Amino acid sequence: MHLKSKLGGAAAAAVLAFGLSTAAQAQMKVGFVYVGPIGDHGWNYQHHQGLLALKKALGSKVTTTHVEKVAENADATRVITKLASTGHNLIFTTSFGYMNPTNKAAKRFPKVTFEHATGYKRLSPNVSTYSARFYEGRYVVGKIVGKMTKTNTIGYVASFPIPEVIRGINATYLSAKSVNPKIKIKVVWVSTWYDPGKEADAAKTLIDQGADVIMQHTDSPAPLQVAEKRGVYAVGQASDMRNFGKKAHLTAIVNNWAPYYLARTKAVMDGSWKQQDTWHGFKEGMVKMAPYNSAIPAEVVKLAEDTRKGIIAGTIHPFEGEIRDQSGKIRIPAGKRADDGLMAGMNFYVQGVDGTIPK
Amino acid sequence: MSVDWLIPAILTIVTAATPLVFAAVGETVVEKAGVLNLGVEGMMIMGAIAAFATAVSTGSGFLAVIAGAGAGLLLALIFGVLTVYFQSNQVATGLALTIFGLGLSALIGHSYVGKTFEGLAKLDIPGLSDIPVIGPLIFGHDGLVYFSVISVIIVAWFLNRTRAGLLVRAVGENHDAAHSIGYSVTLVRMGAILFGGAMAGVGGAYLSVAYTPLWVENMTAGRGWIALALVVFASWKPWRGFLGAYLFGGITIIQLYAQGMGVEVSAQFLSMLPYLATILVLVVISRDSAKARVNAPACLGKNFHVSV
Amino acid sequence: MLLRLEQRPEVSKSMVYASPLIAVVLTILTAMVMFALLGVDPVKAIATFFIEPISTLDGLAELCVKATPLILIGVGLALGFQANVWNIGAEGQLIIGALAGGGLALAFYDHSSIFLVPAMLVSGVIGGMAWAAIPAWLKTRYNTNEILTSLMLTYVGLLVLSYLVHGPWKDPEGQNFPESRLFHESALLPILIDETRLNVGWLLALLVVVAGWLLISRHIIGFQIKVIGMAPMAARFAGFKEKRLIWLTLLISGGCAGLAGVIELSGAIGQIVPSISPGYGFTAIIVAFLGRLHPVGVFFAGLLMALTYLGGDSAQITMNMPNAVIGVFQGMLLFFLLASDVLIRYRVRIGPHKVQAEVAE
Repeated sequence: MHLKSKLGGAAAAAVLAFGLSTAAQAQMKVGFVYVGPIGDHGWNYQHHQGLLALKKALGSKVTTTHVEKVAENADATRVITKLASTGHNLIFTTSFGYMNPTNKAAKRFPKVTFEHATGYKRLSPNVSTYSARFYEGRYVVGKIVGKMTKTNTIGYVASFPIPEVIRGINATYLSAKSVNPKIKIKVVWVSTWYDPGKEADAAKTLIDQGADVIMQHTDSPAPLQVAEKRGVYAVGQASDMRNFGKKAHLTAIVNNWAPYYLARTKAVMDGSWKQQDTWHGFKEGMVKMAPYNSAIPAEVVKLAEDTRKGIIAGTIHPFEGEIRDQSGKIRIPAGKRADDGLMAGMNFYVQGVDGTIPK
Repeated sequence: MSVDWLIPAILTIVTAATPLVFAAVGETVVEKAGVLNLGVEGMMIMGAIAAFATAVSTGSGFLAVIAGAGAGLLLALIFGVLTVYFQSNQVATGLALTIFGLGLSALIGHSYVGKTFEGLAKLDIPGLSDIPVIGPLIFGHDGLVYFSVISVIIVAWFLNRTRAGLLVRAVGENHDAAHSIGYSVTLVRMGAILFGGAMAGVGGAYLSVAYTPLWVENMTAGRGWIALALVVFASWKPWRGFLGAYLFGGITIIQLYAQGMGVEVSAQFLSMLPYLATILVLVVISRDSAKARVNAPACLGKNFHVSV
Repeated sequence: MLLRLEQRPEVSKSMVYASPLIAVVLTILTAMVMFALLGVDPVKAIATFFIEPISTLDGLAELCVKATPLILIGVGLALGFQANVWNIGAEGQLIIGALAGGGLALAFYDHSSIFLVPAMLVSGVIGGMAWAAIPAWLKTRYNTNEILTSLMLTYVGLLVLSYLVHGPWKDPEGQNFPESRLFHESALLPILIDETRLNVGWLLALLVVVAGWLLISRHIIGFQIKVIGMAPMAARFAGFKEKRLIWLTLLISGGCAGLAGVIELSGAIGQIVPSISPGYGFTAIIVAFLGRLHPVGVFFAGLLMALTYLGGDSAQITMNMPNAVIGVFQGMLLFFLLASDVLIRYRVRIGPHKVQAEVAE
């Protein structure tokens, strides 16, 4: 492959390089660390879909390993170190809590390449970080839910008050507000990422309190099922959840890690891997929309699609000023767009969202 | 404030409480017989996967519940054989049972992730179910909710009013005495353990075919532990266990409602309420030491073997 | 049943040591059948579980790191269980202990002092004791069952931790993610072997094992604990203060759990995170009983339990075995270990009951 560009080099060097390169290819081992079970049908499930796609695309050229249910504490360092010391050349650590363990291991194993999802620390040159701009998906969804709600109330089942979740709430609200000035958003925090029963209870609560569209930032399809039973709409999380509520499922924001995993693995294989901070969205295909429900009127679908295309083209940005926070303070001035730093650490509700962020 | 939300809120509480009722009532009988089985979580999760798998392949909610009970019973059988026949320590064996059940359910459940089942049908009696307020509250549940109430009635009656129930209690109070007057401690305990397993299995089945009709790993999310705590909370009385489940479920749901209504207290503190309330209520009811002690089975956690 | 148990006239000394070995052999045989059924090479699987994880120095160090909290908590719990005090909330006591110690590390974030680590350890012990004091107080004052209170307080402890790392204690430079700052160098436990994570916590665990042993075998309190567990009435007649023993055993087990928590933070993690412990407080209950409630037994049980977790990593990494299989395997191993203890006090006989035996009963 890249040998062809080195044709001018000394024959001996070329032979040596070729030898090394094929050896590296033969040994390409990719490890994945998951925080929960693959069978959660949410966050971990989608990462594992990425692994499966990687295997399918590269076949025998790559060996993959995954470790499930690795707690974000002392266990993480042990497992990541173990992967690094057992011949894995590339390790994807797929949860925020692995940030410091990943960087520790990277320092100790400079020849191994590390990719950490959703973090911001890249302390050694062999660590990259990556995440997806899910808020772009929330912004598209906002247009749909703003139009579809009759009670003008969106119910939001939230996990923990971290920037990722708050950004999603804000993006949804701003978008829905732009098409429906009367919109309200009700947030219930369940203090868990994953408890189908509690997620369902929260969805029921929100519906009882007037919400007729349910959104969620937790992992299981339970809120969607509740929406289906109660005859309201809902938006799927992480994967296409149509099967769990055909009538309710307006669409879903799908986490699509496969292209990234494939590209980075190939990069390690051909030696072109470089440290980077990736934050991909619609444009690169890391965030996708599931098919739209046929109950959504054509003009609303068009609105959503125009928004999506606008985001890809760069003509639309979910956090474009003027945006004020709840206290009325201008956070993003008119005409300006939020930079990645502001979005990454977002810890305020935009003006119009009710309630306060739990502290 | 309108009360429109009240009825749906109560319905949500009923759903949240029902799996706890099943598991707690089953465990009450087990503990009354002097056996402490901490493996409720493991038996529940096995019930959940067995029920869901059966529901998906047969489409029958009834068969699903039977399968859930069967799976819980089989897991309890392991526990029973180990503790009753092999004299292994009950507390540790129960915990091992939970580890085993969580693993086995994940193994079996692998191919059921993403499958769906429409869920148990709600009772719908034309006329009755349509009565305002009373209709949905009394005639608007799925069959298992009624069964949970019936099971409490039957277990309470069994333990307090029947000879067999007296025998169970006797075995739990003083197994040597029960044995010396000619009863088989082994059989009574095995029976109680299997019953407890089946009930935990039904509790798990309720989760995967009625509460949230789906299968995801670890979906019991600690409910087995809550059920165990409720047995103690109830001082080993079935009706009090029933009330405890509704108290716990009720406060869980009410804190969600409070959030939705804009109560400005940290979600973490609101989430503590069910646990704190359970402690508080237990303190109030067990202050009277004479009364509370009567109910704790004296042989709880102790193994029995015929001494030669 | 064709197989039946017959009580030995006295405890079999040889079986005390042989029964765990018998259990391991039985587990290995059964597991090999299971692995073969699952299409996995059985010999390789067993080697991966038990040998591969500790075939390197790093592996051995990790074994000790993983076993440290299990042993610490297990020793404390064993004392309580002997006295029939059912503290099943060690997990919560671990968390509060970790917070008490870790809070100190954050409070003195800018300071470098050799006294910080000892202060954190003491603070961790006090934190764990304080959390265990609640069930102790409720039990002695209001007769409230400690199974419920200690378990419920575990959930409360988890939520306190969640509140702190999402709120006041989150890293000010951490982009609002839920974890604290990384501890300052002087708030970290000294490492014993370079390039590994083996730290002073391991020595403390050994110390606690010895202390527990001395307490239970040489001290009057140990004697009282044993008597009250086996014969509460006799203990009362002998004038033992039951309430004092309840307090004592809960404080000791809470203190051990708190110590385990702060060691975990300042030894292995290095900051406060939302999930400090992967359930050590619960696993240690099994460890306590596997170790037959004896501190030395707990030591070995803790190592064995830790090995199964490391073996689980290895099985996933080198054999691509699903995590679920590991739970099944662990469960099975525990079943065998727990059941084989029966051989210490009973003989297995083949054949039906003898008539004399029935009469003799």
